[in-house]
Amino acid sequence: MSDNKQLINLCTQIRRDIVRMVAAVSSGHPGGSLGCVEYFVALYQSVMHTKQPFDMNGKDEDLFFLSNGHISPVFYSTLARSGYFPVKELNTFRKINSRLQGHPTTHEGLPGIRIASGSLGQGLSVAIGAAQAKKLNNDSSIIYSLHGDGELQEGQIWEAAMYAAGNNIDNIISTVDYNGKQIDGSLEDVLSLGNLKMKWEAFGWKALEIENGNDLNQVIDGLNLAKSLTGKGQPIVILMKTEMGNGVDYMMGTHKWHGSAPNAEQLESALNQLNETLGDY
Amino acid sequence: MKNFEVLGKQDTRSGFGAGLLELGQKNNQVVALCADLTGSLKMNAFEDAYPDRFFQIGIAEANMMGIAAGLTIGGKIPFTGTFANFSTGRVYDQIRQSIAYSNKNVKICASHAGLTLGEDGATHQILEDIGLMKMLPGMTVINPCDYNQTKAATLAIADHVGPVYLRFGRPKVATFIPENQAFIIGKALLLNEGTDVSIFATGHMVWKAIEAGQVLASKGISAEIINIHTIKPLDEEAVLASVAKTKCVVTAEEHQLAGGLGESIAQLLARKTPAPIEFVAVNDSFGESGTPDQLMTKYGLDAINIIEAVEKVIARVDKQFV
Repeated sequence: MSDNKQLINLCTQIRRDIVRMVAAVSSGHPGGSLGCVEYFVALYQSVMHTKQPFDMNGKDEDLFFLSNGHISPVFYSTLARSGYFPVKELNTFRKINSRLQGHPTTHEGLPGIRIASGSLGQGLSVAIGAAQAKKLNNDSSIIYSLHGDGELQEGQIWEAAMYAAGNNIDNIISTVDYNGKQIDGSLEDVLSLGNLKMKWEAFGWKALEIENGNDLNQVIDGLNLAKSLTGKGQPIVILMKTEMGNGVDYMMGTHKWHGSAPNAEQLESALNQLNETLGDY
Repeated sequence: MKNFEVLGKQDTRSGFGAGLLELGQKNNQVVALCADLTGSLKMNAFEDAYPDRFFQIGIAEANMMGIAAGLTIGGKIPFTGTFANFSTGRVYDQIRQSIAYSNKNVKICASHAGLTLGEDGATHQILEDIGLMKMLPGMTVINPCDYNQTKAATLAIADHVGPVYLRFGRPKVATFIPENQAFIIGKALLLNEGTDVSIFATGHMVWKAIEAGQVLASKGISAEIINIHTIKPLDEEAVLASVAKTKCVVTAEEHQLAGGLGESIAQLLARKTPAPIEFVAVNDSFGESGTPDQLMTKYGLDAINIIEAVEKVIARVDKQFV
C-alpha cells in the first residue's frame, strides 16, 4: 500500500467494514468511526513506523493509543487490514467470546491494542506515560493518541495536558477528532469547548489544525508536519476537523449515528455508496 | 503465648520509603510517581537518588494512574504514591480500566490508610479501600503490619508481575517482624500457635492482636494469631487449617467490616467450613478528627475489642457443642 489510490481504496473498504460490523450486531458507534477513517489509514499506512509481530512494549516503534474507545470499528478494521490479525475476525465484533470487544481491550490479547479504553478521558495520560518510557529507554519513536472532542469535557484530559507541557513531553502527537458532535447533540448544545485552540495553547501545547480530516492527503501532511515539530520541548496537538458519519449520506450532518447501527435496509443503502475495493471480510 | 520483642517504633510508610530506595538500586526498571505528597510517602530518598526515574505529577491522581499505566508499556515498573484515599476511591475508574482491566504492572502504594491518619479527619481516613481494590479482578491486595514487613513487601511486589495495591499507614507503631524476613505474597504468617480461637489480623491490627493474645493467655485462652498481610489472594489453606483446629474465628482490621478482610474470611468459611466468627472492624461509619489512639479506641479497634470478640466467639462455640 504505497500510492494514494490504494490508500483511498483502503479507506472505502474500511468504511464498508465499519457499517457491516455494527449492522451485524445492531450496536456500536459508526459515526465517529467513519469520520476517522483517513486518520487511521494515514497513521498505519503512511506516518507511523511500526513493527510486526505485535509486541506490547513496542520498543523502537511508534505507538498509537485510542482514547475514545467507542470508535473501535475503525481501529479494528485498520489493524486487521494492516496485518495485525486476520481480516475475517472482524466478523466477531461485539459477539460472545471475541477478541474484538465493544471497546478495545488488552484483556483478550488482540494484537495492536496496548490499553483498554472506553471510559473516556484516560488515554492522554496513558500516552504520556508511554512517551516518558520512550525517553527513559532512549527510544526516539513517537507516541500518537486520538481523542474525541466531546471527550475533552473530561477533567483528566486537562490534568494530562498541563503535565505534558510542564514536563516538556515533546515526543507525543495527540489528535482531536473535532467533529463537533457527541451523543446528546452538538458540542455547542451539550457543553461548549469554547476556543479549543486557545485552550491547548494556554496549556502550553503546540496546536496545529487539519481543515479537512476526511481528505487523506491533508491528514498525512498534517501528521508529517506535526512529526517535524517533535523534539522541540513542546507536546503537539492537532485539531482535526472531520465529519461524523463521513461516506454514508444519511449519517452525515447529524449526531444521530454516534451510537446507533443501521438496520438491514440502511446497511444496503450504505454499502451501495461504498464500493467493495479490497474484498469484504 | 510466644514473646514478641519490640524492635522499635516506626511508621510503616517509612518501611515503604526504605524499600523503594533499595529497589531503585536493585532494579533499574523501577520508577516512582507521586502526586505532591513526596514527604508524607517517604519517597524523597528515591527522588534524590534517582531523579530521572521519579515523576512528580502534581495534584492530579487520575493523571498519575494513567501515566503509570503508560510507563509499563516500555517495560517500566511504576510505583505510585499518595494517600490511600486518593490512591483508590478518587481514581477507581482509572485503576479499573487503565490498570486492572488492562493488566498493567503498576504498584499502587497507599499511605495514611484508615483511622490512624488521625487529625485530618474522615475526608482522608479511607476505610473502604481494601474492599474497593479486592473487588478488581487480578488485583493483589497487601496490608503489611510493621516497618520491616512493609519494606519487605515493597521489595517483593517489584518481582510480582501484575497490578498490586500496597496499603500502609502514618503513625509510628511497634516493629516486631524480624528485619529481612522474606515476604511471600499470598502466604499467611503464623505468629503464634494456639488451640482455642483463630485471630486473623492485618495491618496495624496485627500488633493489637498480639497484645490481645497475651491477655488471653493470662486468662487461659490459647489464641492462634495469624498475620494475613495479603488479603487477596487469600491464603485459604492456612485459614482453613487453623479453623479446623480452633473451630472459631476473630478477624481484626482497620477498615470497614463490609468489604474487608473479615468479609473475605467469612465468605471462605461459609463455602468450606462454617464456624462462628466475630469481626473487629469499623461498622458502617466514617471516622473523625482525633489522635490515632483516641480514634482506634472510639471506633472499637483496640486490643480490648479483640479480647471481647474472642470471648464472645468462644462462648458461641460452647453453646453449639454443649
